[in-house]
Amino acid sequence: MVNVAHLIPLFPFLAFWVNILLGKTLHRASAWISIIASLISMVLSISTAQGFLAGAGSYPLGTWLTFFGQPIAFGVIVDPLTVMMLLVVTVVATLIMIYSVGYMGGDPHFSRYFAYMSLFTASMLGLVLADNLLMLYIFWEGVGLCSYLLIAFWFERPAAARAGLKAFLTTRIGDTGLLLGIFLLFAATGSLSFTDLSKANGPEWMLMAAALLIFSGAVGKSAQFPLHVWLPDAMEGPTAVSALIHAATMVAAGVYLVARCFVLFAAHPVCLEVVAVMGGISALMAASIASVNNDIKKVLAYSTISQLGLMMLGLGVGGYSAGTFHLMTHAFFKALLFLCAGSIIHGVHTQDIRLMGGLFYRMKTTGITFVIGTLAIAGVPPLSGFWSKDEILAQAFGPHPVLFITALLTSFLTAFYMARLMLLVLFGKSRSELQTHESPVTMRFPLVVLSFFALFAGLLGSPWMHHAFQKFLAFQVPYPSEEAPSKFVMGLSIGVSLLGIGLAYSIYILHRRFLPEGIRAQFGWLYRLLMNKYYIDEIYEAVFVQPFLRLCRLSFRFDMAAIDGVVNGIANLVRRAGGILRRLQSGFVQNYLLIQTIGVLIVIMTLLGKLCFQF
Amino acid sequence: MIPVHFLLEVSAVLFCAGIYGVLTRRNVIGILISIELILNAANLNLVLFDRYWGSTDGLGQIFALFIVAIAAAGSVVGLVLVIAIYRNGKSIFTDKFNLLKW
Repeated sequence: MVNVAHLIPLFPFLAFWVNILLGKTLHRASAWISIIASLISMVLSISTAQGFLAGAGSYPLGTWLTFFGQPIAFGVIVDPLTVMMLLVVTVVATLIMIYSVGYMGGDPHFSRYFAYMSLFTASMLGLVLADNLLMLYIFWEGVGLCSYLLIAFWFERPAAARAGLKAFLTTRIGDTGLLLGIFLLFAATGSLSFTDLSKANGPEWMLMAAALLIFSGAVGKSAQFPLHVWLPDAMEGPTAVSALIHAATMVAAGVYLVARCFVLFAAHPVCLEVVAVMGGISALMAASIASVNNDIKKVLAYSTISQLGLMMLGLGVGGYSAGTFHLMTHAFFKALLFLCAGSIIHGVHTQDIRLMGGLFYRMKTTGITFVIGTLAIAGVPPLSGFWSKDEILAQAFGPHPVLFITALLTSFLTAFYMARLMLLVLFGKSRSELQTHESPVTMRFPLVVLSFFALFAGLLGSPWMHHAFQKFLAFQVPYPSEEAPSKFVMGLSIGVSLLGIGLAYSIYILHRRFLPEGIRAQFGWLYRLLMNKYYIDEIYEAVFVQPFLRLCRLSFRFDMAAIDGVVNGIANLVRRAGGILRRLQSGFVQNYLLIQTIGVLIVIMTLLGKLCFQF
Repeated sequence: MIPVHFLLEVSAVLFCAGIYGVLTRRNVIGILISIELILNAANLNLVLFDRYWGSTDGLGQIFALFIVAIAAAGSVVGLVLVIAIYRNGKSIFTDKFNLLKW
C-alpha cells in the first residue's frame, strides 16, 4: 500500500501556482485546471480512505526542526476524522468549482478566482492532514489568508474590501489565542503531536488554559459568539465562495480543531462546558437574527453560525461523533443551500427576499434542490439534517437540560427561518417585476449532486444503519453503547421542525396574524433588536474599534510631534546654524582679509603678552 | 643721526596705512596702491636695519631692490587682472565682483 495522503493537498496547490502565474494566458482553461486538481485530490482521498479501511494509518514525513531538544516532526494523520474531512472537503470543493464555472462566467478575474479557490482547498486539505498543532497552524493561517482574499475578491467595492479586512482581523484575534494555546501546550507537555494529546500530562491549569486558548482559535474560525461578526459581512464575496467557506473549509476548521483536540477538552470538563455554552449562545443568537433578516445570503450566514453553534454544543456535551456527524451533513446541505442562493441571485440579480417570490415555477432545478436543502437543515426525516441534529439533541438530553432546551429552541427557529426563506423566495406570488432565468448546466449539476448527499448522507448515521458513521468515527471517545433511539427526543425533534415550518407557512403564505395588533406593537423593540443583530457590531464599534482608532490617532500625533519633531528639529538646527555661519562667507575678499588681519593681530598680541610675562 | 625708532614709527605708520587701505578701499587700484605701501614699509625696515647693524655688504639694501622689482611685476599682474575685470564687468569696485558668489 503506497501512502498517497500527503499528495492530496499538493495538486490544488500546484493548480494555484499555475493559475496565478499563467492566468492571463489560460483564462477560461484555468477553471478546468483547478477542477482537475480537485478531482485528483478526490480520487487520492478515496484511495486513502480505502487504504485506511484496509489497515493503513498515519505516517511521518520527517522532522522539521528541533526545538529545545524536542524534535518537531511533521507527518500525515490518517484516522476516521481525517478521512471523513478529506472526502467532504474534496467533494464539496470540486462541486463548488464546477458551479463557479457558470457563476463566475463573466468575471474579468476568472483565473485569479480559481487560483484562490485551489489554494483554499489545498490549505484546508493540509489542515485536516496535519498530525501536529504547529503544522495545523500553518495551514490554518493559509485558510485565513484565502478567506480574506476571496471575501474581498471584488475589492473594487469598498464594502467587500472592508468585509475581507473584518474577517481577517476578527479571526486573527482567535488565531492569536490559538498560537498562545499551542505555545502553552508545548511548554506543558513538550509535544505538539495529536497522538500525544491523550497522554498529555502537565500542570493542570496549563492544560486547561491551553484547551481554552485553542478553543478561542476555533471560536474565531467557526464564527462563534463573540467573534461571529465577520461571517455575515463575508457575504460580500461571490456566493460560491460563501458556499465553500461555510460548508467545507473555513468554518469547518474550527469545529474540526475542537474535535481533533477532543481528548484534551474531555480531560477537563470545565473546558467542555465552555465549548457547549458558547456553542449554545451562538446557536440561539444567530438563529433568532436569521428569523428576521431579509437578505437571502445573510439568513444563510446566520444559519451557518447557528448550526456551527449546534455542533460546538454537541461536542461540548461530550457528543464527539454527534458534533462531527453534524459537521459532515451540514457541509453538504449548507453548500447546497448557498449554491441555490447563488443560482437564484444569478437569475434575479437581487438578494432581497422581499422582492422575490414564486420562483419555484420558473427555476425548476434550483427550486427543487432548494426545497431539499431546506428540509434537510430544518430536520425533517429522513433527510440528513434530521439524523445529525437528533444525535446532538439525544446527547444533550438528560444531563444538560438547559443546553437541551437551547438546542431544541434552535432547531425550532432553524425550521422556522429556513421555511420562511424558502416560502418567501420560491412560493407565493412574485412580488416584483424581476426577470428570471434558470442557471446554466454547470451550475445545476452540482446542485443535483449535493441534494443527493443532503438527502442520503444522514442515513449513514441513522439507527437504520446502526449508527455506522458514529461507530466509524468513535476512535477517540467510545461511542455510547447503541441504545434504542430515544423515541421521546426524536419525536420532540420532529415536532419542533414541523411546528417551525407550519408557523412559517401560516404567517408567510396564509398571512395569518396570531397576535393582536396591540401586543405585536409592544414587541417592536424585539424586532428592532434582532434586525440590528443585538447591536453587537455597534457595541464592538464603540468598545473596541473607536478607542483603538483613538489610540491610533494619539500615537500618530505622538509620532508627528515627538519622533518626527526630534528628527526635523535636528535638521532645523543644522540649517539655522548654517544660516548664521553663512554670513561669515560674505564673498567680499576684504572681509576675509579683515578677519585674517584680526587673526594675525591676535597672534601677535598673544606672543607679545607672553614675552611681557617672561620679563 | 635720527634715532632708529623714528624711522621704525614711520615704517609702522606706512604699514598701517597700507593695511587700512587694503581693508577699506573699494577701488581695486586703490588696493594695489595700498599693497605697495605695505611693501615699501617692509623695504624701509630692511634698509633701516641694514644700516643700523652696520653691515658692510649692503645685503638688506639689495634685498629691498629685489622686492621693489618683484612688487612691480606683481603690480603688473594685478593691473592686468583689473583691466580684464573692467572689460567684463565695466567696474573695478570689489563689491561688484560677485560672479562666483553663492
